[in-house]
Amino acid sequence: MQWEIVIGLEVHTQLSTQSKIFSGASTAYGALPNTQASFVDLALPGVLPVLNRGAVERAIKFGLAVNATINSPSIFARKNYFYPDLPKGYQISQYERPIVEGGSIAIQVGETEKTIRLTRAHLEEDAGKSLHEDFHGMSGIDLNRAGTPLLEIVSEPDLRSSAEAVAYAKTLHALVRWIGICDGNMQEGSFRCDANVSVRPRGQEKYGTRCEIKNLNSFRFLEKAIDFEVERQIEILEEGGSIRQETRLFDANKGETRTMRTKEDANDYRYFPDPDLLPVEIAPDWIEQLRVSLPELPQARRERYVTEYGLSGYDAAVLTSSREMADYFEAAAKQLPERVKLCANWIMGDISARLNRDGLDIGECPVGPAHVAQLINRIQDGTISGKAAKTVFESLWQGEQGQDVDAIIEAKGLKQMSDNSALEKLIDDVLAANAQQVADYRGGKEKAFNALVGQVMKAAQGKANPAQVNAMLKEKLG
Amino acid sequence: MTLSINDVKQVAHLAYIKVSEEEAEAALSQLSGIFKLIESMQAVDTSHVEPMSHSQNLVQRLRDDRITESDQRDLCQSIAPQVENGLYLVPKVIE
Repeated sequence: MQWEIVIGLEVHTQLSTQSKIFSGASTAYGALPNTQASFVDLALPGVLPVLNRGAVERAIKFGLAVNATINSPSIFARKNYFYPDLPKGYQISQYERPIVEGGSIAIQVGETEKTIRLTRAHLEEDAGKSLHEDFHGMSGIDLNRAGTPLLEIVSEPDLRSSAEAVAYAKTLHALVRWIGICDGNMQEGSFRCDANVSVRPRGQEKYGTRCEIKNLNSFRFLEKAIDFEVERQIEILEEGGSIRQETRLFDANKGETRTMRTKEDANDYRYFPDPDLLPVEIAPDWIEQLRVSLPELPQARRERYVTEYGLSGYDAAVLTSSREMADYFEAAAKQLPERVKLCANWIMGDISARLNRDGLDIGECPVGPAHVAQLINRIQDGTISGKAAKTVFESLWQGEQGQDVDAIIEAKGLKQMSDNSALEKLIDDVLAANAQQVADYRGGKEKAFNALVGQVMKAAQGKANPAQVNAMLKEKLG
Repeated sequence: MTLSINDVKQVAHLAYIKVSEEEAEAALSQLSGIFKLIESMQAVDTSHVEPMSHSQNLVQRLRDDRITESDQRDLCQSIAPQVENGLYLVPKVIE
């Protein structure tokens, strides 16, 4: 049986406001427990929520970036459940008329582009944290996080593999950072994914029964959890069993998902409009104001890199994976309009590898785009070889010679021999010392030629231009 | 819609309210009365009426994104039954 995988993602993004969504307490990460929990966050009797304009603004920006409908009025609802990290006994969320409805995001998987539809994105407050370590058999509650603004972004079940799910999550992650509504810090929980996974026989229209995997806080876990879950479901179905709709947890240590709760005891949240909050009206001119404040979006840049620079869809996607990366690339490309592909290769290759080694982001790269452009220029004009360029790059990275590319080349003696007469003498010496190989080559052994090139390069201590050596050798032996 | 005794018990369970058999029976008859009232209201044709999300015809005011609250942990925790290391302690809950 051929199975088709169906995935939808729900992503909780923490909005980058200074203060909480309904109170004036700080949202800064890492404060001492409960020092940022105000009366509203603690749900003391008589307090009322007041909505943060900054949270609404960020939600609208997101809606505009994905071409969604911005609902006005938009309303808040109470989602009722009992848990001590939520002292009100309900979470303020949105049910009917979420602030953002519809829209879509284009993702790149290999060389294929695919559009993923969004169902909605709604504002809600985060809950606090429960610590179940040993407090004499009790749980410790920290309400600093309670009331932190979240935008929950829900996709349609348009994803067909874990690779597509990861591509979507990464694209969304890049987008929310790009438009400055979320810091995207996954270790601190600013970007958390839940995956709805089901399988169906290929060709069948009806969706299979789905399971929801909660709280996947890295792209790797997202991929592993989906792969495991798909295998699990297919195995059950192929043995003639059926899938039970349930919520599952991913155990990162074991690499498997397990039951958290089944549908029978699923929460009935009894949503209803929150009487403490009035409908939010969003004036068209506010939306327009936010629309013009948006930067050029990753999708637009990606298309521009393909049409304007002739890059492949894959390269364009990599280079627009963050705004810092795209800005870096463009700054280098502007100085080398004829060598854009080479700039792209350097950034995706040597520079990314070097950044990874030190665990740095491109925004923290000690070698600026202007220096990279200059370095590429020196390869192009034949001053240095591609191999020597790597040495120069490392020197630039270390800040040697005041990051002057030419001074580094000079100081390290990396200049290629462009002087024909010096090279000619070298070649003559090599030919004289390797009479056997010369004879072999003339006798038809092509391999002998490469050996001779190697000898010349060695004699030149790597400073000869290989193309030039090739040409001159051919001429001499011809 | 008719309400059953099980519906009452389920709602009580979700709301973490402990009810005895008699209380459940009493709640059933009271709630059924309310449902009857709703039923008679449903006879009114509201198909052309936009549903309200709030009883007052007002619009939500927004506040600027500024930190206006300072740390009042000591004050807040002075009325808590049990605290430790700055945390509020509650009976253990693991789902």
